[in-house]
Parts: sequence; C-alpha cells; structure tokens
Amino acid sequence: MGMISAEAEKKIQEIIARYPVKRSALLPVLFVVQQELGYLPDEALEEVARWLDLTFLDVATTVSFYTMFHRRPIGRYHIQICRNVSCYLCGSEAIREHLERRLGIRCGETTADGRFTLSEVECIGACSWAPAMQINFTFYHHLTPERVDEILRSLP
Amino acid sequence: MEKVRVLSARFDLPDSHTIEVYLRTGGYQALRKALTEMTPEAVIEEVKRSALRGRGGAGFSTGMKWSFVPREADKPKYVIANADESEPGTCKDRVLMEKDPHAVIEGILLAAYAVDAHLAFIYIRGEYWYLKERLERAIEEARERGFVGANILGSGFACEIIVHPGAGAYICGEETALMESLEGKRGYPRIKPPFPAVVGLYGCPTVINNVETLASVPPIILRGGDWFRQLGTEKSGGTRLFAVSGHVARPGVYELPMGYPMKRMIEEECGGIRGGKRLKAVIPGGSSAPILTAEEVEQCTLDFESLAALKSMLGSGAIIVMDEDTDIAQVVYRITKFYEHESCGWCVPCREGTRWMRKLLERLLRGEGRPRDIDLLYELARNIFGTTHCPLGDAAAWAVYPAIEKFRADFEAYVRAPVVSVSAEVSTPRRLAV
Ligand SMILES: Cc1cc2nc3c(=O)[nH]c(=O)nc-3n(C[C@H](O)[C@H](O)[C@H](O)COP(=O)(O)O)c2cc1C
Ligand code: SF4
Ligand code: FES
Repeated sequence: MGMISAEAEKKIQEIIARYPVKRSALLPVLFVVQQELGYLPDEALEEVARWLDLTFLDVATTVSFYTMFHRRPIGRYHIQICRNVSCYLCGSEAIREHLERRLGIRCGETTADGRFTLSEVECIGACSWAPAMQINFTFYHHLTPERVDEILRSLP
Repeated sequence: MEKVRVLSARFDLPDSHTIEVYLRTGGYQALRKALTEMTPEAVIEEVKRSALRGRGGAGFSTGMKWSFVPREADKPKYVIANADESEPGTCKDRVLMEKDPHAVIEGILLAAYAVDAHLAFIYIRGEYWYLKERLERAIEEARERGFVGANILGSGFACEIIVHPGAGAYICGEETALMESLEGKRGYPRIKPPFPAVVGLYGCPTVINNVETLASVPPIILRGGDWFRQLGTEKSGGTRLFAVSGHVARPGVYELPMGYPMKRMIEEECGGIRGGKRLKAVIPGGSSAPILTAEEVEQCTLDFESLAALKSMLGSGAIIVMDEDTDIAQVVYRITKFYEHESCGWCVPCREGTRWMRKLLERLLRGEGRPRDIDLLYELARNIFGTTHCPLGDAAAWAVYPAIEKFRADFEAYVRAPVVSVSAEVSTPRRLAV
C-alpha cells in the first residue's frame, strides 16, 4: 500500500510478534499507524486488518469504541481540557472559556489553519494538580489563563 | 498512628525510577528471596497474612484472589497489572509508575511466580504514554540484570512483561472489559462468574490486580505479612496512596496507614480547606463512591470497613474535597455526564438511564426543572442501581441518589417556584345532554 513507512511497518511487525494471539496487537498497532498518518483513514484500517488477519469491519468497529483514535484529520496540536469533577472544582470552566476565546473555536472544533483542535475530555489522571490539560501526549497542570497563554506561545 | 512510607519510600530520591536507585534501596531482593527460599504457595500465604486488599476499587483480598487460580490447569496462566487509572479523582498510580516503576515490575514478577504465569501485561491508559515508555525502559533494565525473561536469577522461572496501551475508554478499567480490550476488541464487560482467576485472558486463568496492589507485594515478601498488616487495621492491612483533590490547601498524593482519620488527613497533610473555608462534602473513593457530609467525614477513617459502615466505599483511594461554596447539583451533573459518556451501551438501564439522568439534571440546572424532577431523578437512580450488567451502572446511580438524600437543598435551589398556580377554580363540569 505504501501509506506506512518501512520503519513503522518494522515496528508493527515487532509488536505483532510479541503477542500470543495476533488480534491483541490491534490497539498498539493502531497507535503506530495514527502516529504515522495523524489519523486512521479506511485504507489504513484495511492494511491493519491484513496484518492481523482480520476483516476491515473487525478493525473499524473496534476503533470506533475508543476515543483516542481519530477517523478524520485533526489539528497539529490536540488540546484536551479535562472537564471532570476535580478540575471543575478548581476552575476548569474558566480555562475552557479562555481557550475558546483565544483560539476562536469551540470544543470539538479545529482552527482554520489546522494548527489546533480543542476537545473536552474526561479525567486524565491529573486531579491533584487541577485544572489540567494534555496537548497531544504532554500534561499541563495548575492552569491559569496566563499560564495557558504562555503554553500556547511556547509551542513551535 | 505511625506514618511509615512503604510505597512512597523512594519517591523523593533523585532518579528514583532507575534500576540503580531501586537496587541500592532493597529492590529485587523480595524476588530473590521468593525464588530461592519460598514456594509459590508460601508467597500466597504471606500475601494472605498481610491483609492486603485491592487498591483498584473493590478491595478484594489479594492473597485469596491468587489462591483461586487452579494450580493444575493445563492452560497457560497470565498476570495483568491494571494501570488504566481512569476513575475521576484518581492520580496515584501515575505517581507510583513515574517514581517507582521497578516496584510495579517486581510485584508483577512475584504474582507471576505465585500463580505460575510466564507472561504478564501492564494495561496502561493511552494518555499515560510517557509512563508506557518509562515502564518499557524499566523492563529492559530489569532484563539486562536477569530479573525479567528466561531463567530469572538462575531459578528456572521465566516471565515476560508486555506494556499494552489502552485507547480512551473508562470501562476498560473494569477487569473483564480490560481483557476484551487486551484481546483487541471493543471493551464490553463479560458476565461473572466465571471469574478471571479461572477464565480470564484468552479463556485462561488470569490474575488481575491494580498496579499499587502489586507494588505493595515486594515489601510484604521482604518484611513479612504480619509487619504489613499491623501498619493498617486488622481487616485492611498496610498503607495506601491517597490522591487528594479539590478544595484543600495542599492537594496531592499522600501515603497513609489504613485506618487514618480522614479529617486529620485533610487538616494536617493537606493543610485544611483552602482560603479558610468550611468543609461541605467529600467524595471518598473516586467518583463512583457515594458522597459524605462534613459530619460523616468527622467519624470516617481511611479503611474499607469505616467507609462501608457509612454506606460508601474507599474505592480507588481518591479523596475529592469540597468547600462550603460548592454546588453539589453541579458536581453531580459533571459526574453523571461522565458516566453517560463512558457507558459502553451494552445494557439498557445504564445506557438509557445515564442519559435520562443527565437530561433531567441539565433541565434542572437551566432553571427549567419541575418540582417533581428531583424525585424522578432519585427514583431513576434507585432503579438503575442493581439492574445493570456491570458495576458502572451502580456507580452512576451511587453518584446521584445519596447526593440527593444528603444535599437536597442544592437541587431544590434550581427548581422554579411555580409563579402562577394553575387556575384554582375548576369549573363545574357541564352535564352532557344525552
Ligand atoms: C467501571 C470500572 C472501572 C474500573 N477502573 C479501574 C481502573 O482504572 N484501575 C483499576 O485498577 N481497577 C479498576 N476497576 C476495578 C477492576 O475491575 C478490578 O477490580 C481491579 O483491577 C482488581 O485489582 P485489585 O484487586 O488489585 O484492586 C474498575 C472497575 C469498574 C467496575
Ligand atoms: S452497566 Fe453500563 S458500562 Fe456496564 S455493561 Fe451496562 S451499559 Fe456497559
Ligand atoms: S478530574 Fe481532571 S484530571 Fe482528574
């Protein structure tokens, strides 16, 4: 297919070889593919299905269960702001509103230049350092509007 | 009560996550002791004696769970470390894996030895990617020193460990859903029984424990079950990590002995309620645990028995503290929205019930609630409780009805007082001419 680099495919084959049952490799393999392509288009799922001796539907219906997989392209920076109880108690709503204002988009949307996607997420395991967010896989704690501005400015 | 640091002993050391620091501070000695001096049965006995109970939520006896794995099974056996940590309020496994990943690994190896498993998995939530990498690095360090892989320490015992990422689904923290997910499927919970100890991953006997439970095992093997037990209470042995969040002056992850007074933890460890406010309520075991009033907090100690007596639970050890200005209806709304979002959709009471509860709460908070909506919400929660396929439904109900019982005024504040009563004079019905 040629969508996936040789290097990523090597990594994928290594992952598959580790598991006693092939299908178990599905989630970790999908992460590698998503890392590579930014999202999971149909053609990628077909390729994953071939690697794991599954059908396209086996893969697609599993993917749709998990919120970390994206079937459509998203922004280069995926800002995920926690809306759950500990963050709420520490002012996460003000942070969300600030982000929406700063970026000019609502939660669930992507900026026109494709730089930012803003999402509200459930607890990310940073409750004692609330309010918190993740940008891609990086955690940011003790957020204030000023700190959010600083973080946004620091992104390459 | 003596505040011994068992799990957090290494947390403040520089480079605590490296094998050098781990080895320098007694690391992998419990594994050596078990492999050279103890039978697997003796390991299980020691863990039973320690009164160690699961740190993931249900608080089941760890030694008992291990003893349920059939010794003579001709199938392979597996160990799974549950590092899904998604219960709102909970962030203690993250600190443990970040600061002391080798303690988790050593605990896994001891569990594997005890039940004769040769492959183990750490199922870690995908958001903790940096910890997945840290754990993988730690496993490689352990392999280089002969603690992981074939013929561990020359004993003939072999064990591999795979770190497996979840992908954003709270239900996959539930043990059977986790196994489905680990098999590469949608995370729908399985029916129990059979329990995982007999029919688990790939239909094989499987021990699944929370990572903190497993990290408690090396000190138990090294210093004895009796030592661990006497740190806590008779029925809840040892110490545990409490993740405190919300309106305290110093939120954070604290290690305390089981049985420690909750009030004292809030006041001494956490510096009291921030801004000099008064305490209003505490959610004691992650969002799934029924809320406690300030009066209940006075009598509460941090152990399974005390929380059970208050009809709540210690759950994942997450303590969410709320001050006098907190609007409990708003809190319950957030938690209900969470359960609606995370309901896997398998069974009707949970899938439809959580949605209906969320809608009722939304209407209430918009100021459009009718007086009977609060009772409706209450009844709805009571009817979800005990009727669902897995405990997520119960958790969603538990977040709602005890809160209404204890903080009804917060909900009533949103109900519009009827402005004009419906016409009081009912006109006399006109007799129909036949
Ligand atoms: C909806 C739901 C979510 C759960 N999430 C977690 C979790 O994130 N981490 C965890 O260790 N246990 C979680 N559990 C508990 C597990 O099912 C299981 O009891 C636990 O992993 C057993 O380990 P322990 O005995 O060491 O606590 C959850 C349970 C339910 C019902
Ligand atoms: S209670 Fe909820 S999460 Fe559990 S099986 Fe039913 S729908 Fe799924
Ligand atoms: S509630 Fe926000 S990180 Fe846990």
